Amino acid sequence: MQSSENKLSSLWQTLFGHSVSAFGTVSLLLLIALAIAPAKNHFSEWRHYQKQYLALIRGRGDAVTLQRHFHDGFQQIWLPQLGVVDRCTTCHVGLNEASLADVSMQPFRQHPVIPHTLDQFGCVMCHRGQGPATTVEEAHSSTLAWEQPILPARYVQSSCGQCHHAPLTGTPQLNLGRTLLTRYGCVHCHTIKLPDGSAIQPTDDPPSLEHIADKTSREWIYAWLKDPQAYAVTATMPNFKLSDPDARDISAFLVSDSTPLAGDTAPAPKNEKTPDPTAAASLYGESFCASCHAVQNAAGNVVGGDIGPELTRVGTKVKPEWLRAWIRNPRVYDSGTAMPHYRFTDPQVSLLTSFLGNKTDSDFLANVHLDAATPEQIAHGKLLVTEYGCASCHEINGIKKPDNFAPELTRIGSKPLTQVIFLPGMTRALPDYIAAKIRQPRSFGAALKMPQFSLATAQVDALTAALLALTDRAHDLPTALTVPAKPPSNYQPAGKAGKLMDDMACFTCHAINGRGGDLAPDLTWEGSSVQRQWLLDFLKNPGTLRPALIRRMPRFNISDDDAKELTDYIMTVYQTPAFDRDSMPSSGYLPAQVEQGRQLFYSKYACQSCHIVDTKVDKGYIGPTLTQVGSRLTAPWIYHWLKDPQAMRPGAIEPNRKMSDEDAHALTAFLMTQKGSSKGAKK
Amino acid sequence: MSKHLWTLFLAALIFISAGCTHRTVATALKPTAFGAALVESSGGKQMGATGTVLAQPVVVQVNDDQGNAVTGALVKFSGPAGVSFDPPSGLTDSSGQLSTNVTLGSMAGRYQVSAHTSTKAQKSVELKIEEIALGYQQQLGFQLDNRYCARCHDPESTPERVSNYDNLAVKPHPFAEGDTLNKMSDADLTAIIGHGGPALNKSALMPPYGYTLSKSEIEALIAYIRLISDPPYHASGTVYAQK
Repeated sequence: MQSSENKLSSLWQTLFGHSVSAFGTVSLLLLIALAIAPAKNHFSEWRHYQKQYLALIRGRGDAVTLQRHFHDGFQQIWLPQLGVVDRCTTCHVGLNEASLADVSMQPFRQHPVIPHTLDQFGCVMCHRGQGPATTVEEAHSSTLAWEQPILPARYVQSSCGQCHHAPLTGTPQLNLGRTLLTRYGCVHCHTIKLPDGSAIQPTDDPPSLEHIADKTSREWIYAWLKDPQAYAVTATMPNFKLSDPDARDISAFLVSDSTPLAGDTAPAPKNEKTPDPTAAASLYGESFCASCHAVQNAAGNVVGGDIGPELTRVGTKVKPEWLRAWIRNPRVYDSGTAMPHYRFTDPQVSLLTSFLGNKTDSDFLANVHLDAATPEQIAHGKLLVTEYGCASCHEINGIKKPDNFAPELTRIGSKPLTQVIFLPGMTRALPDYIAAKIRQPRSFGAALKMPQFSLATAQVDALTAALLALTDRAHDLPTALTVPAKPPSNYQPAGKAGKLMDDMACFTCHAINGRGGDLAPDLTWEGSSVQRQWLLDFLKNPGTLRPALIRRMPRFNISDDDAKELTDYIMTVYQTPAFDRDSMPSSGYLPAQVEQGRQLFYSKYACQSCHIVDTKVDKGYIGPTLTQVGSRLTAPWIYHWLKDPQAMRPGAIEPNRKMSDEDAHALTAFLMTQKGSSKGAKK
Repeated sequence: MSKHLWTLFLAALIFISAGCTHRTVATALKPTAFGAALVESSGGKQMGATGTVLAQPVVVQVNDDQGNAVTGALVKFSGPAGVSFDPPSGLTDSSGQLSTNVTLGSMAGRYQVSAHTSTKAQKSVELKIEEIALGYQQQLGFQLDNRYCARCHDPESTPERVSNYDNLAVKPHPFAEGDTLNKMSDADLTAIIGHGGPALNKSALMPPYGYTLSKSEIEALIAYIRLISDPPYHASGTVYAQK
């Protein structure tokens, strides 16, 4: 102790003992102090990277070019309109150098090709992180002062979604995530508003439970509530992790709450013959039920469409008398169902009822034994139904759809981290929080109401990406810089034809004027496209147009009057303004022109690679068969289609050939002579 | 003084490293059996977007020298920087298999991941599996391929999408057919996609897509074709000395 004090005082003596040495020491200290700032600058991280870059390019063949592109010192991209101040290019110097393709060392990699340039949008618009920061740590991670860490590559497509609200070909993950938000019904409970103020609408159609007791048993409801995916692996209904008594009480309430509906059940006709299973299976196939409904096969693969519910165990679920009435006319039970009214004959209804009724699984209800419900149980069930917000998705007698049942997610992508409660051991970043919340909502608290969804990792990632796109920036961008989604169309055809189209659920597969599905061709201009007689015949008995498709137009068994009504409506209303469908004759073309068209078809344009005109020679499988195209399509449609297929039907895969008028006329003449051997020969 | 500091530093280092090794030992799996060979069950040659988890897990199987599945063998997965595995290692199940979810790196390209197991004699057995990461461009190309090209260029038929390959008098080249396509320059591919087969004196069955696809879409398609090519494509042109 004594010695160190002595040492200190002697040091003081040496430094400040005399006025001269004191002056010298102070000057030295001042010099050092003045040198701190330049030294910090000189030894800064970014200078180090710039030096490293110069060393990297020195040995390369195009060093001179790279050297010329290189700018010493701070670099900054400043886009006041977007609020972007990005200094990333200070260290990431080679982003625009195509010749650095072989360099994998960061921060010198070339940026992969994307549709935007750096000068347009900067870096943090897509990658997040802190644009103005000048150290690696501050730019990439979240520190006390900076909240936004770099977005992992896994979710980078979310950034496209800040401006692009319509689906993009290059962002399948984002597109999937957005579809899942509506298909899995997330937006029933969580409100998500788009920048234009409209809310995202769900596309699933959860069934009404108002008449549920007519349709199924209390036991099935119980087992379904306990584990929906045990009934159908593809079920989108989430698992609420209900206890046995809770599931018992909810099933008791739903059954007691259900009211009967006239006509939604039909008894089996007396002395009905046992239906032939082969005939039933072939009717199921001919009616293209599998276009919408899937069935799990023996190998465990789910085969079929996903528009309607999976039917693997449907016989265990629905009551036969309900199924019979449903197949006869589904619109009695659910006026808005996506299922068409097939107009089956009574024997056909019996066939399908028995075929589907036999799809049972005795294991599913094996362990369900419920005693008669007590009033207390029913009352408790009602309480639970209200608490879990069942009415957000399903219509239930006496319970109103709750408003804003779950937190709004409109700006979830910018949620401040201070408002987020992380689980112990979790990465403290927003994407990780959102993904964990979707993957296992109840891991954040057993009392939370959000149910467990059955989602694959890729689906969770896609949903996370879609939610991360909902940032403050996405909402505050100038509208001129955003690409809005196509507004949903509520187009409704008028009159009797409109009612028929609803009855046959045309919009489930076909789109018209922006409303409808994409399983089948868009019919917006069908009236200009096809000939009247063909349409009439096709509606009555749809033949095969595209042999390679497994999902085809089913036969709806419509009456002559209805077919005529529908045909007249389509022919009158669905016409393109681009041309008059009677502007070219349907026959009477000169043989020379027809022959010229034939040669063009087979040689110059090689149409036979995708289409069949002569079934003996041609094999093309992709486009529709053209053996009777002369009795199917109108001449001006063929002509205009040949000139520009995408103008006639956006997204058509037939390439635009920029055909001369002469070639298009000759091909039209050739195709119009293809009238088919006899009417309706090829089915 | 400095000597003391060094000792202290060294002690700390030993302490920390001891702590680390201790922890790894605590969580490390002990194999209960050893195999002789490692085979791929499924999950190889998948394509996924950069930075994402592959759709299917990679499943490998450990066999003994008789070709029977071995339960309880230790398998470790490793890959280039940026690739991660969940789980990174584990013991094979009752059918001798171990499955892991693979997250691809953030650069587009081919990723060679490997699985390791050791034999009873502590000899290491390695299995190499290749996965493909698609960047923005390649992903766009993949989508376009699916929409416009695959029906003729992909000979594989599924009920959902019947291939037109067999119906064509002149067979198109599958996009992975590196032996042929690697010999064609980018300019050649651009010409044949944009102007059709006749542009290169090839079959007119290949129609022109130059008025249907944009320039950047054709570039994306070529980037995709180059990436999936087997054998792999190496761009010709100036090759700079690698540092």
